[in-house]
Amino acid sequence: MNFDDTPQEAEFRATARKWIGANAPKKYEAELSKSSLGRIRLEKEEIVDVGKAWQKKKAEGGWACLHWPKEYGGRGATPIEKVIWQQEEGVYGKLTQPFQIGEGMCGPTVMAFGSEEHKRHYLPKLASGEHIWCQLFSEPAGGSDVAGLRTRAEKKGDNWIINGQKIWTSGAHYSDYGLLITRTDPNVPKHKGLTMFFLDMKSKGVEVRPIKQANGMQEFNEVYFTDVVIPDSQRLGAVGDGWNVSLTTLMNERMSIGSRLATGFPEMFEFCSNLMTEDGLAIDDPATRSKLANWAVKASGLKYTSYRAISSLSKGERPGPENSIGKLVSGTMLQDIATYAMDLEGAAGALTGADEEAASGQFQQMLLSSPSMRIAGGTDEILRNIIAERVLGLPGDIRVDKDVPFNKIPTKGR
Amino acid sequence: MNFDFSDEQKQMRDAARKFLAEKCPPKAVREVLEGRATYDKALWAGLAEMGFLGVAIPEQFGGAGAGHLELCVIAEEMGRALAPVPFSSTVYLAAEALLLAGSDEQKQKWLPKIASGEAIGTLALFEGKGNPSPQAIKLQASGGTLNGVKKPVPDGAIADFAVVAARTGSTGRDADISLFLVDLKAGGVDVRSLTNIDPTHGQAELTFKNCKAEPLAAAGDGWGILTQVLDRAAVLMAFEQVGGSDRALEMGRDYALDRIAFGRPIGSFQAVKHILADMYVSATLARSNCYYGAWALSTNASELPEAAAAARISATQAFQHCSKNNIQVHGGMGFTWEFDCHMYYRRANATAVTLGSLSYWEDQLIDRMRKKNAA
Ligand SMILES: Cc1cc2nc3c(=O)[nH]c(=O)nc-3n(C[C@H](O)[C@H](O)[C@H](O)COP(=O)(O)OP(=O)(O)OC[C@H]3O[C@@H](n4cnc5c(N)ncnc54)[C@H](O)[C@@H]3O)c2cc1C
Ligand SMILES: Cc1cc2nc3c(=O)[nH]c(=O)nc-3n(C[C@H](O)[C@H](O)[C@H](O)COP(=O)(O)OP(=O)(O)OC[C@H]3O[C@@H](n4cnc5c(N)ncnc54)[C@H](O)[C@@H]3O)c2cc1C
Repeated sequence: MNFDDTPQEAEFRATARKWIGANAPKKYEAELSKSSLGRIRLEKEEIVDVGKAWQKKKAEGGWACLHWPKEYGGRGATPIEKVIWQQEEGVYGKLTQPFQIGEGMCGPTVMAFGSEEHKRHYLPKLASGEHIWCQLFSEPAGGSDVAGLRTRAEKKGDNWIINGQKIWTSGAHYSDYGLLITRTDPNVPKHKGLTMFFLDMKSKGVEVRPIKQANGMQEFNEVYFTDVVIPDSQRLGAVGDGWNVSLTTLMNERMSIGSRLATGFPEMFEFCSNLMTEDGLAIDDPATRSKLANWAVKASGLKYTSYRAISSLSKGERPGPENSIGKLVSGTMLQDIATYAMDLEGAAGALTGADEEAASGQFQQMLLSSPSMRIAGGTDEILRNIIAERVLGLPGDIRVDKDVPFNKIPTKGR
Repeated sequence: MNFDFSDEQKQMRDAARKFLAEKCPPKAVREVLEGRATYDKALWAGLAEMGFLGVAIPEQFGGAGAGHLELCVIAEEMGRALAPVPFSSTVYLAAEALLLAGSDEQKQKWLPKIASGEAIGTLALFEGKGNPSPQAIKLQASGGTLNGVKKPVPDGAIADFAVVAARTGSTGRDADISLFLVDLKAGGVDVRSLTNIDPTHGQAELTFKNCKAEPLAAAGDGWGILTQVLDRAAVLMAFEQVGGSDRALEMGRDYALDRIAFGRPIGSFQAVKHILADMYVSATLARSNCYYGAWALSTNASELPEAAAAARISATQAFQHCSKNNIQVHGGMGFTWEFDCHMYYRRANATAVTLGSLSYWEDQLIDRMRKKNAA
């Protein structure tokens, strides 16, 4: 049991550190350090623009999508090297947010199911940030139950004609391509009639309508498809095999374990260490200490759980569904931490202005954004089901719709 | 980075699990629980024979000279099996204190006997209610004799010797505290067994009356050594707690698969599934914190104080959480003496306060994190 780099790893780390030292956009360092939710806003510039510039520079230096093969824009690095890179990239990693869906899910799906020609054409541009990809899975009728989706794809010659609607599509408004799951056969049970495609978001008939979020920001969208034409060559996997293809996408989401999961704890610890209350420093108050200690061991527990996963990854083992605990634990933690930070500020806790109170609006922003952490990418309840069923081996839910043809499933207002 | 136990260490864990499954089934635990024995003597002898008692004791003192990572994997199995033997008091407390602070002669006298199962040791620290603190230590030492009362002393009624924390000064500083070694069979100590929520581990009151004692380490060094002993014991105990958590989770899972209500296994109800999923989460977080503690313990890292407190808190919470919800999943059966659920519940809540309570360790963790940040 050790944390030491092997000589090769140490060399890799040194090279990475040196390159980052020479190339990182240092002027954003302070601003990036302050943002804690992974959902960041820069004062004067768009995160997408700054992110694209950083991603391009990384690609030119051979530091983008490190774990991908070189011919697809990566570096052919090992999983451990990717983790080392992320450790070294530090706060600048936050600039990769617009590319995470592409790198973590869309890219790997194209890599697994795309033609060689497509892989060589699309993946390097995805890796370099030139093209941003989005994930068009959720629909009004299918979020947790994504297999309940209704967007139709109908074959016409060598093309498919798409009609329907997606919702909650993060980044669709600035994306160039999308990974799209559709229903090609409503006459078979719901998991069987699905097919996966990718498409150019500028295709005729694609309409992106931004949705204003509860936190006031605008990062996700509705996407409407009206007679959109997709060539059959952009199909990923067999017709009717979309569910399996989507499982690859979602499994890759899990594999990106080194990814930085915000818990809010370091910010909270610092805040409590400096906040003066009527009774002295917040951190000297027994109730606050007890809460901090509880969050501390959750944060360290998650950190070392990911270290264990990385260790097994480096031995060639595949991380399993046990990684579901990361988001399950951190989502609630962010929400609880934000609530308590505001409590400590008393009546001023409700103020959000950056110059108003000690926390400069940081926890207020965390409070308003954290509900999404417990929903996006699998709700808390779905994650608990996954742990119960796939880790502990408990029976699946009774599914009234599993073996029924999709078009015979009773629904509300179809 | 390799944040895992080695294959040899995992083999040792398997060997310990197999051994304990055979020699320490719930029936054996109940012998002690129900008062027919004070501890499982046959098991104790077997553990000695397997080399588990002295696994972290150097060969020159009669041990196996393996190390603390090996001790961690064994501790986990001891917790899983609820082994009703004085393992934690002898191995985590007495042996660790001797290893840290004993003279060669003292080590030579007691460590081989620990490894061979001939001597049971303990730490006499507490004096009634409260958490570890130098101020709470009132037992007086002067001229090589001790006077005062210690309680609760884990396994105090069956121990052969004790490391005793005593007051040798009155300046109000940590240096007022010194440690002593007492041969409990040599007279001068009255022993009274105390009842406690987990009868599988005895507790006692020891009254020292002009009791002869030899110093362990230099006078005034007591508190510093105690802090280190408690940190080391906290990591080891945390492994026991994680072993117990895992077993409680498995019991709950197995019962949920087996028990039918409303025409279905109760494990198919989400309310039950989510309880079990949450148990898995807390057990996993605890295990990961424990691994970090094990690393710090085995390398004597400067991170040990923080890592030990984190492991201790996380594992205490996990064991309490898993053992109580294991009862919940068992319904009425979980509340019977016959089912084993309560044995885990008892152990979880007893180990939650030995070595100092959860709130004490929470306080310690925050202090230690602040110190680190300030440095
Ligand atoms: C900020 C944000 C970004 C997102 N980005 C994307 C994106 O880029 N691409 C994309 O495709 N999707 C995206 N989503 C959608 C996201 O995946 C879904 O919101 C999520 O899967 C939940 O689906 P839903 O909203 O339809 O809620 P529902 O599925 O209707 O769930 C409502 C409630 O019912 C519970 N529930 C549902 N089914 C069960 C069950 N079987 N057992 C127990 N409880 C259940 C849920 O846990 C939840 O509490 C995003 C969502 C958010 C909030
Ligand atoms: C101290 C004590 C005194 C009692 N006294 C009496 C008495 O005087 N008279 C009498 O008749 N009974 C008595 N009972 C029995 C008591 O009513 C039952 O224990 C209780 O109803 C639970 O049933 P069970 O034990 O069969 O557990 P189960 O029904 O097997 O439940 C096991 C677990 O599964 C869960 N579960 C079961 N079904 C569902 C579901 N549909 N959805 C979600 N979760 C579910 C339960 O919540 C529980 O966690 C007593 C029980 C106790 C502990």
